[in-house]
Amino acid sequence: MAELATEIGEDAAVAQVGRTTSVLAAKDLRKSYDGEEVVAGISFGIAPGECFGLLGPNGAGKTTTLRLCLGLTDPDGGSVELMQRPVPGEARSARVRVGVVPQMDNLDPDFTVEENLVVYGRYFGLPERAIRERIPGLLDFAGLAARAASRIQALSGGMKRRLTLARALINDPDLIFMDEPTTGLDPQARHLIWERLKQLLAQGKTIVLTTHFMEEAERLCARLAIMDRGRFITEGSPRELIVRHIEPHVVEVHGDGVMKWADQEAAALVSRLEKSGDTVFCYAVDPAPLLASLSSRQELRYLHRPADLEDVFLKLTGRELRD
Amino acid sequence: MQVFAPPSMSLRFVPVWRRNLLVWRKLAVPSILGNLADPMIYVFGLGYGLGSMLPEVGGVPYIAFLAAGMVCSSTMNSATFEAMYSAFSRMHVQRTWDAIMNTPVDLDDVVLAELVWAASKSVLSGAAILSVVWLLGLSNSLLSLWVLALVPLVGLTFGALALAVTAMARSYDFFMYYFTLIITPMSLLCGVFFPVEQLPELFQAIAAFLPLTHAVAIARPLLLGHVPADAALHALVLLAYAAAGFYAAAILFRRRLLK
Repeated sequence: MAELATEIGEDAAVAQVGRTTSVLAAKDLRKSYDGEEVVAGISFGIAPGECFGLLGPNGAGKTTTLRLCLGLTDPDGGSVELMQRPVPGEARSARVRVGVVPQMDNLDPDFTVEENLVVYGRYFGLPERAIRERIPGLLDFAGLAARAASRIQALSGGMKRRLTLARALINDPDLIFMDEPTTGLDPQARHLIWERLKQLLAQGKTIVLTTHFMEEAERLCARLAIMDRGRFITEGSPRELIVRHIEPHVVEVHGDGVMKWADQEAAALVSRLEKSGDTVFCYAVDPAPLLASLSSRQELRYLHRPADLEDVFLKLTGRELRD
Repeated sequence: MQVFAPPSMSLRFVPVWRRNLLVWRKLAVPSILGNLADPMIYVFGLGYGLGSMLPEVGGVPYIAFLAAGMVCSSTMNSATFEAMYSAFSRMHVQRTWDAIMNTPVDLDDVVLAELVWAASKSVLSGAAILSVVWLLGLSNSLLSLWVLALVPLVGLTFGALALAVTAMARSYDFFMYYFTLIITPMSLLCGVFFPVEQLPELFQAIAAFLPLTHAVAIARPLLLGHVPADAALHALVLLAYAAAGFYAAAILFRRRLLK
């Protein structure tokens, strides 16, 4: 065990030296399964302290990208550097400075909250004392201080997620991967997780987040990429992406005769129309003429709102289901 | 990751082994009782029941003959069960392995930990039966202490073979095939209940290739107070099965989990 600890200590030292440049860099990364390219040549770099969002519909290749970055599968082409180390070659020592919050909860069901943290800390070769010293702080951070001795089955979904987050921090990582951290949580639980992620960013941690909640990406990520069919189809800050791809105003209209109204009147008043089910989405730079037209149509109901990331996402990846 | 590379062997497996130990400690009492009950039923049921109707087998009372077979077969069962059902739960159902592989512990380390753990648990089983054998006075020789060295090897052998099966399993049902087609026939062919020499020649020839035969061939003379003939050869066969099983398991798990 002593040997293991020294080895990991050296790894940490090397990782610290290289903190000035990117903590994660991928170049022309490719991966195929059964002849289908799931990751089809993506490149990106992530700077220390950044929160980078990876958005995409189900099956876009987000999780495979994370697995490639962690060295859990070999790329068919391209290269990855994680914490300045080539992956998968030196993935194991790179992971010393990395935390992972997986998509599916995989806490140890046989253990208490505290035991989960202790056992996980041992995988990093951390001395028992160092692990025990870190735990109270982590439990506080996760809002689980009163739950140290609880069994996992007794925790709510939100508590489990927070414990998984605390577990990912047991080695005080510089970079944290989060694969859909708030999927399946209620709004209260989701907001608490967001609060904690902001705290981590304020501490200077780097976060790579995959999600299909646009609101989440908009709140947390300084920079994001939208991924579809294995490729990055656009990249930038949430604001930039909205400005670049979407008119600033969106009016969602539905009600009797909406399709006829759309073709005969609305089409001429807006820059773009999208029909989905029984709703018409109108995108406009100046919404005044459209709203005037709607004010004389009592049978149509509408919602006028600023364009958001979800509009960008749906425009770029389409409205059809992806299951 | 080279799929066919030899498994890496490092002390990184220790924290994973300790994880399994911690889970076991919470359930230790029922687990030990469970380990003991099944083989004890055989020892008493067959040993005294059937044994009372039999003349001596191999020059000793049947129950003394049976003792070595029971030590080996319960070690085999315990290692097999742990490396199949329990390891499959951790890998596939609970996704414990996924969580571990996000840390500086590699898949090879996890597989090694599972192997050593299965062997460790089987040592408890084997040692428990052995103590009962001593308590019943079925073995009085100091040579029988050497069985304590054999049991871990038997555990490694069958743990490794079972892990290779686990690496191919899609559900728990798959393990029934292995029990029905491999483990049960082995219990009957390998000299656990009666001397291999009682079998037709064809089956004797098959038995000579099966690992359990070689485990029994070492354990029985030791318990009866003799130095086993060709002990090194038998141990080598067990070691070869362990190495081949572990290598196959490593390859199969890599193909399954690192693809």
